[in-house]
Amino acid sequence: METLFYISSVIAVIATFMVMVKKNVVHALLYLVVSLLAVALVFFVLGAPFIAALEIIIYAGAIMVLFVFVVMMLNLGSKDAERESEWLTAETWAGPVILAAVLLGEVIFILLHRTGPPFSPEIVGSRQVGVALLGPYLLGVELSSILLLAGLAGAYHIGRHFEDEGRGGGRP
Amino acid sequence: MISIPMEYGLTLAGILFAFGLAGVLMRRNVIFILMSIEIMLNAAGLAFVVAGSKWHQADGQIMFIFILTMAAAEVSVGLALVLRFYHRFKTLDADEASRMRG
Repeated sequence: METLFYISSVIAVIATFMVMVKKNVVHALLYLVVSLLAVALVFFVLGAPFIAALEIIIYAGAIMVLFVFVVMMLNLGSKDAERESEWLTAETWAGPVILAAVLLGEVIFILLHRTGPPFSPEIVGSRQVGVALLGPYLLGVELSSILLLAGLAGAYHIGRHFEDEGRGGGRP
Repeated sequence: MISIPMEYGLTLAGILFAFGLAGVLMRRNVIFILMSIEIMLNAAGLAFVVAGSKWHQADGQIMFIFILTMAAAEVSVGLALVLRFYHRFKTLDADEASRMRG
């Protein structure tokens, strides 16, 4: 089981790296799905099978389908991939990558500086999660329902009719 | 019985978060920026689940559910904005947004 953890960690890191460097949006999306599936396997090994299922259903399913639909509606082609490689020049990415790498090095140094004993995960199933979710965290559930409603209304409001924008450019 | 050092899980979360951060900073395509934000949110949730798994508590998983909810709401609004942006400027370059003027 530890081997599963390490293998899926390596797959997650590689797939996420490919998401960063790919020029084509659809290829990057597919790598992102692979990365999310690998993280779901990590969750399963860590004793959170309910969260692993949620990760696959909502992240790798629903959210990625949203991305795929938007990419389909935007009708991106090979020209966009070429323009993407024009945008990704070395002087553009070198600075952010170096800064992020320094921060990552600091985090890893802090984490590995004083290591504790390894822990053995136990399965915390959906029953425990549900009891805690509707017990002490009930207010959070209500707040996230309000957040989802606001997201629904906002996406509907922002995404409705496009016709008046191409010509006039003004707001309705 | 399996045993995993907690630092390895947190290191994985840190690596994924750093990748997402670098992606947000270096990309100009709005869709790639949104995808990188998803990576960062997922990495933060992974850190919560690792910590919750260490103490055998459900709280980490509950925080992940909240992060998941927030990510779903964020990505729906963000993609609607991307569609609007593309129809208005005919490009996905985030720098174009500096000329939005209300």
